[in-house]
Amino acid sequence: MSIVIEQESCNGCGRCLAVCPGALLCANAKGRAEIRYPADCWSCAACVKSCARGAIALYSAPACGGRGGLLRARREGEILHWVISLPDGTQRTISVDRRSANRY
Amino acid sequence: MDIRHIDADILILGGGTAGCWAALCAARASAGKGLRIVIAEKARIERSGCLAAGVNAINAYIGEGRCPQDYVDYARKDAAGIVRGDLLLSMAEGLNESVRALEALGLVILKDETGGYAQRGWRNVKINGENIKPLLAAAVRAQDSVTVLERVNVCSYLVEDDTILGAVAFGVTEKVCYALRARAVICATGGAAGLYRPNSPGFARHSMWYPPFNTGAGHAMGILAGAEMTSLEMRFVALRCKGSVAPAGTLAQGAGARQMNSLGQVYEHVYGLTTAQRVYGTRQEELEGRGPCVLRVDALGPGEREDLYKAYLNMAPLQTLRWVEEEAAAGEDMNASSLGVAVEGTEPYVNGGHTAGGYWVDSRRQTSIRGLFAAGDVAGGSPQKYVSGAMAEAAIAATAALGYAREVVLPAQEAPGASFAAIFNEARDFLERPGALFTVEQLEEAMQQNMDEYAGGIASGYRYNDAQLDRAEERVRELTHLSGGLRAPDMRDLLRIYELRERLVLCRSLIAHLKARRESRWPGFGEHTQCPGSAASGLRYVNSRLEKGEIRIIFRDLVSEGECYEHSD
Ligand SMILES: Cc1cc2nc3c(=O)[nH]c(=O)nc-3n(C[C@H](O)[C@H](O)[C@H](O)COP(=O)(O)OP(=O)(O)OC[C@H]3O[C@@H](n4cnc5c(N)ncnc54)[C@H](O)[C@@H]3O)c2cc1C
Ligand code: SF4
Ligand code: SF4
Repeated sequence: MSIVIEQESCNGCGRCLAVCPGALLCANAKGRAEIRYPADCWSCAACVKSCARGAIALYSAPACGGRGGLLRARREGEILHWVISLPDGTQRTISVDRRSANRY
Repeated sequence: MDIRHIDADILILGGGTAGCWAALCAARASAGKGLRIVIAEKARIERSGCLAAGVNAINAYIGEGRCPQDYVDYARKDAAGIVRGDLLLSMAEGLNESVRALEALGLVILKDETGGYAQRGWRNVKINGENIKPLLAAAVRAQDSVTVLERVNVCSYLVEDDTILGAVAFGVTEKVCYALRARAVICATGGAAGLYRPNSPGFARHSMWYPPFNTGAGHAMGILAGAEMTSLEMRFVALRCKGSVAPAGTLAQGAGARQMNSLGQVYEHVYGLTTAQRVYGTRQEELEGRGPCVLRVDALGPGEREDLYKAYLNMAPLQTLRWVEEEAAAGEDMNASSLGVAVEGTEPYVNGGHTAGGYWVDSRRQTSIRGLFAAGDVAGGSPQKYVSGAMAEAAIAATAALGYAREVVLPAQEAPGASFAAIFNEARDFLERPGALFTVEQLEEAMQQNMDEYAGGIASGYRYNDAQLDRAEERVRELTHLSGGLRAPDMRDLLRIYELRERLVLCRSLIAHLKARRESRWPGFGEHTQCPGSAASGLRYVNSRLEKGEIRIIFRDLVSEGECYEHSD
């Protein structure tokens, strides 16, 4: 499991570098974020949630049943919009309100 | 490499749940007294440790009509008797206060019609746990007396005459060595993952349940400094959703899922309902050809599936991605249909938050090294801690550490001693070595394979015997030797070398513990094939200490609630 960082969308703000619990992200020569140890990602999504540009997406490794879907997050106040993009081009958004507790 | 000297009254190693809470408690209790409280954390406290992704519920709470002793009884039964009653009781007494404190920090907790916490069983409360760590971090940062050192990897204690003097750490991104001196130290580095080969090795190796960045540093530092450890052989194996390794409890307890084999039979009651028995049952069903075992939720109404997806996004987002991918592959809207998730056992962890392995502490959470306290998943004897229990322990440790620190005077600034120089030089050697045959990755893989095959990992169905353990021990020694020749091109790579070496230290002690317990008390967590079942003589603790380079096993009598345990030998 790991992440992909879309280089075109990254503005080099450094938020994701700061937040990763494994210190796995570095700035590359162009000042943009890069994952230095892709196989060491824990899939915690901290970087995904920290990126205001939506440049980071989480995916499942094939060995873990991954089918090519990408998970991004966009924050809007107390709401976190999780956007899932599937390989067939469809998208699905699930919005979670920070103020409401899990029903399960 | 620069050397930075930092002095503290209270030094806290690891800024996770227990570390942050210990810092807050110490700061609040000493407000206005000018104390210096320092947290040294390898990550950043907003998203570090077990809580980095978020959690699903508060798993330790004493519900209406129950009392702390009920919690002790439950934890003791689940651990088949090998618990410290004194530790469990004082922890249980602090659970509800911890939960209220979290709510005061802003944690959203589900309420019922009467305004009380909505419960999931008598021990759980439902929350939105996505931002639990940022909330704790914000509270810590608001304290003037707390300094947070981040991206700082602690790798060794400074100890003299069995008394703690401080610790040595290295920057993770900066080329700096930290000489940390303190009157009292609280170790809160969490449990240990990555000792065994995970379910999906290779590229997906870190898709594990426990944080792969909790590498057993605190255990290893303690072991090498001669601290007594307890119950490491009570490893923790979790039943988790296959692939995502997401917690299964939300499905089982929250959504009322039933666990069944491929014949549709609910099998749990055949094996028993303790945590270890549940793992055992699932493994047996699979071994006997009735796998895969699944958690099935039959009656999900419209919208309920979406709520389940949201709950998982708050703690293990990949599981939701997986469901959505599955739905798309099935080509239909499955909102109202049943849902099944395959479950499997993880690789074993050393985790004092779920089972009892970790530091041997006295009733006030002081380890056998004077002035060194332990709390959270690194501390032994008190399983079923979870978030609120880790906090309750941290509060106890903070009070005790403050009391201890009051009596200690830090010597005037002095040149770092011989042990500091040895640690510094070793790091410099790793950094300056021109080349090395092996990489950290290769040695880590070898260690995990060795533990998997010979010390009761997934491949051997969590089973082991003496001959296998001997081989495992021998290989760990060899790998430890080889790790001394590794090379670190930069500080991040140096961190990786330390992580490997910590794991190897802990593996060696763990193997000695597995060998010393001549029974199989927790079959789902491990079975000694020469000693099946529980033995009456097994009702005691297996403890250990590293003495003159060899591990000495110490058997100790059970300590029950009502007793006050102090270190005496
Ligand atoms: C995936 C997962 C889900 C869970 N879900 C729940 C739940 O829903 N409800 C519940 O009640 N409990 C849950 N738990 C259990 C609970 O989160 C833990 O028991 C608790 O957080 C442990 O706290 P801790 O402080 O001991 O460890 P952690 O919070 O992990 O803190 C350890 C800290 O030490 C740092 N550290 C480690 N080594 C070093 C070093 N060498 N130098 C400096 N710093 C270091 C780490 O980066 C980390 O910040 C869950 C645990 C996991 C792993
Ligand atoms: S947070 Fe986003 S924009 Fe900022 S550095 Fe990371 S990827 Fe780039
Ligand atoms: S998902 Fe978590 S572990 Fe992986 S790169 Fe992002 S922050 Fe780091």
